[in-house]
Amino acid sequence: MTNANYILRAEGINKSFGAVTAANDININIQSGEKVSLIGSNGAGKTTFMNMVTGYLKPDTGSIIFENKDITQLNPRQITQKGISRSFQIPQIFEPMTAWENLLVALGTSKKKHSYFKSAKSQENADYIDEILNRFALNEFAHRQVSELPGGVRKLLDIAMALVRKPKILLLDEPTSGVGSEEKYPLMDTIAKALSGENLTVIFVEHDMDIVQNYSDRIIAFYSGSVIADGNSKEVLSDSKVQEYVTGKTKLKAN
Amino acid sequence: MINKFYNNLIVQSIFLMSILIIMGLFIPNWLVFVITKAIAYGLVALGIVTLMRGGLVSFGQGFVFAIGGYTAGLLGTQAGLTDAILLLFISFLFTGFVGLIIGPLLARYRDIFFAMLSLAFSMVLYGVLIKIDAIGGSDGFVLPESTYFGILPSTEYADYMLYLVSIILSGIVSILLRYYYNSTPGLIALAVRENELRVEYLGASAFTVTVLNFTIAAGLGGMGGALNGIALGHIDPEFSYWTTSGEFVFISILAGYLSVPAVFLAALLLELVRSFSGRYFPDTWQLILGVFLILSIIYIPTGIGSFFKKFMDKLNKKKNK
Amino acid sequence: MFDEILTIFLDGAIYASWLFIVAVGLTFVFGVLKILNIAHGGIYALGAYSAATIVPIFYTLGLPEEFVIIAMLFSALAVAIVITPIMERGLLRRFYGQDEVLIVLVTYAIYLVLEDVQKLIWGMKSFYVSEPREILGGVEMGSLYYVGYDLALIGLAIFCGLTLWLTLNKTRSGKIVLAVIHNPEISGCMGVNINKVYLAAFFVGAFLAALAGSFTAPLISVQVGISVAVVIESFAVVIIGGLGSIPGAVIGALIIGMARAACVHKFPEAEIFIMYFCMAGMLIFRPKGLFQGAQARKI
Repeated sequence: MTNANYILRAEGINKSFGAVTAANDININIQSGEKVSLIGSNGAGKTTFMNMVTGYLKPDTGSIIFENKDITQLNPRQITQKGISRSFQIPQIFEPMTAWENLLVALGTSKKKHSYFKSAKSQENADYIDEILNRFALNEFAHRQVSELPGGVRKLLDIAMALVRKPKILLLDEPTSGVGSEEKYPLMDTIAKALSGENLTVIFVEHDMDIVQNYSDRIIAFYSGSVIADGNSKEVLSDSKVQEYVTGKTKLKAN
Repeated sequence: MINKFYNNLIVQSIFLMSILIIMGLFIPNWLVFVITKAIAYGLVALGIVTLMRGGLVSFGQGFVFAIGGYTAGLLGTQAGLTDAILLLFISFLFTGFVGLIIGPLLARYRDIFFAMLSLAFSMVLYGVLIKIDAIGGSDGFVLPESTYFGILPSTEYADYMLYLVSIILSGIVSILLRYYYNSTPGLIALAVRENELRVEYLGASAFTVTVLNFTIAAGLGGMGGALNGIALGHIDPEFSYWTTSGEFVFISILAGYLSVPAVFLAALLLELVRSFSGRYFPDTWQLILGVFLILSIIYIPTGIGSFFKKFMDKLNKKKNK
Repeated sequence: MFDEILTIFLDGAIYASWLFIVAVGLTFVFGVLKILNIAHGGIYALGAYSAATIVPIFYTLGLPEEFVIIAMLFSALAVAIVITPIMERGLLRRFYGQDEVLIVLVTYAIYLVLEDVQKLIWGMKSFYVSEPREILGGVEMGSLYYVGYDLALIGLAIFCGLTLWLTLNKTRSGKIVLAVIHNPEISGCMGVNINKVYLAAFFVGAFLAALAGSFTAPLISVQVGISVAVVIESFAVVIIGGLGSIPGAVIGALIIGMARAACVHKFPEAEIFIMYFCMAGMLIFRPKGLFQGAQARKI
C-alpha cells in the first residue's frame, strides 16, 4: 500500500514541553474507515497526539498529512473545516443553551454562507437537528438546558456536535470517562450505533480495555511519548511491553 | 411559526412607535428632549449589548460616539449638510467603516484587555480633540439647526421632529437587530460568549463574529453620537471621555443582553435620573448615579431584559396552551 | 544640551515616582483580588484632601515642622482605615468570582460616589498646602534647581516598592499572599484565611493610593476633579507593565514618566496623549503587558 491510500499520516512527530517529552518520533498511518483506539497511561502522549492532529498544539518537528495535504500548520478551525472533528474529555458544550440550541450552533458553524435576516430556527434546520437527536437517543433532552443534563448525555451531545459537520475523521477523547461503570457500555453502544453506517474514520482515547477490544479494529499503545505497539487488538494486548506499561497499570487502577 | 414571530414583532413595534409618536405631541418639551437623548444613548448601548452577546464589553464606546457626533457636526458646519436623517445615516456608515478598520485590531483581545484597549482608543481621541482648535478644542462647537427633507421646522416643533425621527430610527434598528440576533451568525455570537474554543473546533471563526459585532457596535455608536449632537445642538470632546463611555456600559449592564427594548428603557431610566437629580440635587448627581448603578448590579445582575424575557416567555406559553 | 537631558531625566523620574506609588497599589490589588479598581483614583483624592485638612491643623498646633511628614502619613492611613472596610467588606466582597468587567463597573460606581463625597465634605473650593514642600530645602545642580521635597518623592517610591516586594517575597505573610495570588482555592483549602488576605491586600492598595494623594497635596491645588487623571494614568502604567506585576509597575511608570517629561520639553502638543499612545501601542504589540504570564501572576 502506498502512502497516498492513507487518510491520515503522522510523520516523525516530536513534541516536548520543557523537559517532558510528549511525543517521541511518532509515525502513524490511518486508513479511511478504520476505528482506532489509543491506549496508554495518563501522560503517555495520547491527548497530545490528538491535540496536534487537531491543530491545538504544533509539533516541534514532523508533519501531519490529511488526505495528502500537510495540515501541520493549520489552526483548529481550518482543520475542522477540512474534515477532522473532535469531542472532548470534558464536554465542551454551551452551558446556558438547550441541547437543541447547541446542535443549532453546530449546524450553523458547518455552513459556509449565512443569512443575517433569516432565523436560525428554520424548519429545515429543525428537521436535521431532530434527526441527529434521534441518532444519539437525545430526543427527551432536546429542550433542557445542558448545564442540568447528566454526564453521559453531555458526552453524547458533545460528540453529536462534532458529527454535525459530517467530518471524515472523528477524534473522541475518552468518550466514556466521567460516567458510572454501568453506564459505560450503553453509552459506547449508542455512540457506536450513531457513528455506524458512514465510512467514518474514528480515533478514540480509552482506558477501559473491554471497550477498546469491542469497539476498535486497531489499537495503538503509547508509553512516555512513544508508540510501543500498533496492530489489531490481539497483537497489541498480548504484547509484553503493553502488558507491562499499559494494561497492567490500567487494571491496577480499575481495582 | 417563525414568520409569525417576525410579523408580530413588526406589528408590535409599529404599534409602540405610533403610540410614542402621538404621545410626543402631548408630553412636555423637556420629556421629548429626554427621550430623544435616551434613544441616542440607547443606540450606543445597543452596540455594547451586541458586543456583550459575543462576550465582550467595550469601555470606550465614547470613541465612536464622538466620531459620529463630530462627523454630523462637521458635515453641518463645513459642508452645509443639515438634513438630520442624512446626517444620522452618514454617521452610521462612517463610524461603521471606522469600526471595520479598528475591529480586526481589537478582536484579538478579551475581557479586561478588550475593555482597556477600547478605553485607550477613546482617550487618545479625547486628547486629540481637545488639542485641535480648528474644531473648537475643549469647547467643541455649535451645530447648525437641522432640517428634515429640506424643511427647517419652527422652533417649537424642532425638538418634536427630531424625536419623531429618533423613534422611527430606534424602531427600525431594534427590528433589524432582532433579526440579526436570531440569525445563525447571531446565535454563533452567543456561543462565542460561552466557549470560544469550541466554536473554533466546530469550524467557525470567533474573530469574524467579533469583528462583525464590533462594526455594528461602532455604527450604532456613531449614529447615537450624531443624534446626541443634533439633539444638544452642540458637541465637544466630552463625547469621547471615559465617563461618557462608562454611562453606556452602565445602560447595557442595566438592560442585559436579552432584550432590545430593555436597552432603551434602561437608557431612559438613566436620562430621567440624570435630569431629576440635575434639577433637584445638582451637586450629587454622580453619587445618585453611582448608588443607582451599584443597586442595579446587586439586585438585577441579569438586567431588566431578563424580566422582559420571562414575561414574553410566559405570554407565549399561555398562547400555546 | 546636558542640562536638558538632566531636566527631562529628573522631571521624568519625579513624575514616574508619583505614578509608581499610585499604580503599584492598583496593580497589587488586581494581583490579589483580580479587581481593576477605578475607585483607586477616588481614594487618592481622599488622601490629598485629608492631607490638605490635617496639614493646616498641624501648623496651627505649632508642632516641630519636620513632623508634618508624619501627619501626612497618618492622614493617608486614616483614609485607608475608613475606606477599606466600607469598600472591600461592604461592597466588593459580594462580587468576588464574577465577571471582571462587571467588577470594574462596580468600582466605577464607587468612584462616582467618592467624587461627590469629596464635594459634600470639602465643597468646591481649592486647598493649597505648599508648606511641607519647603521643609527639605532645595538642590542646585549647575543651572538647575530642584525642590528637595520633589526629589524625596523618588526615595518614597523606591521605599514603597522595595517594602512591598520584600514583604511579599521574604516574609511569611507575604508568602501566604503569593500563595493566594497563585491559587486562591488551594490556599483556602490549606487553611489560609482568604478573606483576611483580601482585606489586607485591599488595605495596602488603598493606603498606597491615599499616600500618593497625601504627599502630592503640597505640590498641587487640591480641588474637585483631581482623581480623574490618576485613574487614567495609573491604568496606563499597569497596562504597560502587565496587570498584577510590581516590576511591571516600575517599568510602566518609568516609560510613561520619561515619555511625558520628554514631551513636555520637546513636543508640548503631544503631552496629553503620549501616555495613551504608549498604552495603545503596548496593548497592540504585547497585550498582557511587559511582565506577562507567570511573572504577572506571581507579582
